[in-house]
Amino acid sequence: MSDKTMTTDEVVSRLHSGMTLGIGGWGSRRKPMALVRALLRTRITDLTVVSYGGPDVGLLAAAGRIRRLVTAFTTLDSIPLEPHYRAARERGAFELTEVDEAMFMWGLHAAANRLPFLPVRAGLGSDVMRVNPGLRTVTSPYADASSGVREELVAMPALRLDAALVHMNRADRQGNGQYLGPDPYFDDLFCEAADAADVSCERVVDTAELTKEAAPQTLLLKRSSVTGVVETPNGAHFTSCAPDHGRDEPFQKLYATTPYAEFAARFLAGDEQAYQSAVRAWHKEQR
Amino acid sequence: MSPASPPAPGAPAATVTRAEYCVIACAEAWRDNGEVLASPMGPIPSIGARLAKRTFSPDLLLTDGEAMLVGLDGTPEGWLPYRQHLTMVTGGRRHVMMGASQLDRFGNQNISCVGDWARPTRQLLGVRGAPVNTLNNPTSYWVPRHSPRVFVERVDMVCGVGYDRAAAAGPSATRFHRIPRVVSDLGVFDFATPDHSMRLASLHPGVTVEQVREATGFGLSVPDEVPRTREPTPEELRLIREVIDPGGARDREVRS
Repeated sequence: MSDKTMTTDEVVSRLHSGMTLGIGGWGSRRKPMALVRALLRTRITDLTVVSYGGPDVGLLAAAGRIRRLVTAFTTLDSIPLEPHYRAARERGAFELTEVDEAMFMWGLHAAANRLPFLPVRAGLGSDVMRVNPGLRTVTSPYADASSGVREELVAMPALRLDAALVHMNRADRQGNGQYLGPDPYFDDLFCEAADAADVSCERVVDTAELTKEAAPQTLLLKRSSVTGVVETPNGAHFTSCAPDHGRDEPFQKLYATTPYAEFAARFLAGDEQAYQSAVRAWHKEQR
Repeated sequence: MSPASPPAPGAPAATVTRAEYCVIACAEAWRDNGEVLASPMGPIPSIGARLAKRTFSPDLLLTDGEAMLVGLDGTPEGWLPYRQHLTMVTGGRRHVMMGASQLDRFGNQNISCVGDWARPTRQLLGVRGAPVNTLNNPTSYWVPRHSPRVFVERVDMVCGVGYDRAAAAGPSATRFHRIPRVVSDLGVFDFATPDHSMRLASLHPGVTVEQVREATGFGLSVPDEVPRTREPTPEELRLIREVIDPGGARDREVRS
């Protein structure tokens, strides 16, 4: 079986400007931040980013790498409004495809199942229809038995991705990915909806290790939908990655209150190792 | 109807605070809901949902704010990751109380942005799950500071769908659409009017109809006799003050 392990730089070397990129996690939870940081070290731009947005979107927006964003929200969770995303939106820095959380999920489901769309009730009557004039509805071929009504629903188009980036707690070298926290979020769907999916993880382990202490249903990602595996300890930082680490709230607050250029100069100028040691140095100063 | 006088300065601590009336009014949203998920957003709705479960609606389900369904003492009783939470929404076994940056007379709600959507003057959260919530399960709202900036003639971006917009969108939109109540720091509101426009359902003690009218940016339907928000029972007060919110989070959200 093929060994899919690689470095973060090898992962991003296979991405290119203009592609549609899905980013897993949710808000400020288990985001593939080390891969996002690696992406920021390249010159890749003009991205269509598909994400339940958190600081991944904030960083890419602040760095001017997004041409279009597909999302239902962008938040830091403990800090409701993502400041860099907000600033970028208010200066009209990119196009936005704003859909509801459930529409977004059905878009990924449609892509993963190779369907052109899936019907969803959400969106009807809301301004999601106004700000996405390309959205169409679909009428059920079946009439409701009691009312005789043939329901008209939103036809959520497939959110097909050129590439997906997700972060797991564990993975083996073949790309079997495991989450150990309370919520899988939608990372399996992101991988299945993408032509190529790269998984960063806290630790690469032998396949036999995956089920030694954890239940089989923690095995979220199948290797058939994973292209690359990279070990990035603390790689979701500063978002949460339970049970390996919680959210780094003080550091997230620093991120949210520091001008991007200043933050990038101190923390994003070097490689991932330099980032992690700059974070440690900052925490030491705070004591 | 004469307005109630505000609590006297230096009144004993036993005086029911405005925040406590808000808790009661939020809790009432989940009365007789049966075995459904209560999804409160914000401190006072959260205290209200817990109060309802501890008293008159014991079958309610609650989450820990993450992926676990938990009992009142925090004991996990089930698993509810986001994708199953969305099925709870679309299956209808849920009553959510959301916040609102803007809310209009027919219950259209905005949490996405203020100004022109294409180039907002203030970017907020985004539509989040408001469209799916409002079309699928009962959706109530909580507004901690009632003002004409929140209660507007027309919202800038319809996230949560109101009665007029649902009706215009047809039977798929109206089929499960329901906005049981809006609770603010001034009173309780519903849409029990012929055209489903917002109506003043009860005033919190100490608030006048005039105050509510001045703080509302559209013409509100006001019945001849406006009831007061009910008094908490001594047991409810004890639960709020000693068990559910001993740290006083409610008073930081709504001051007396």
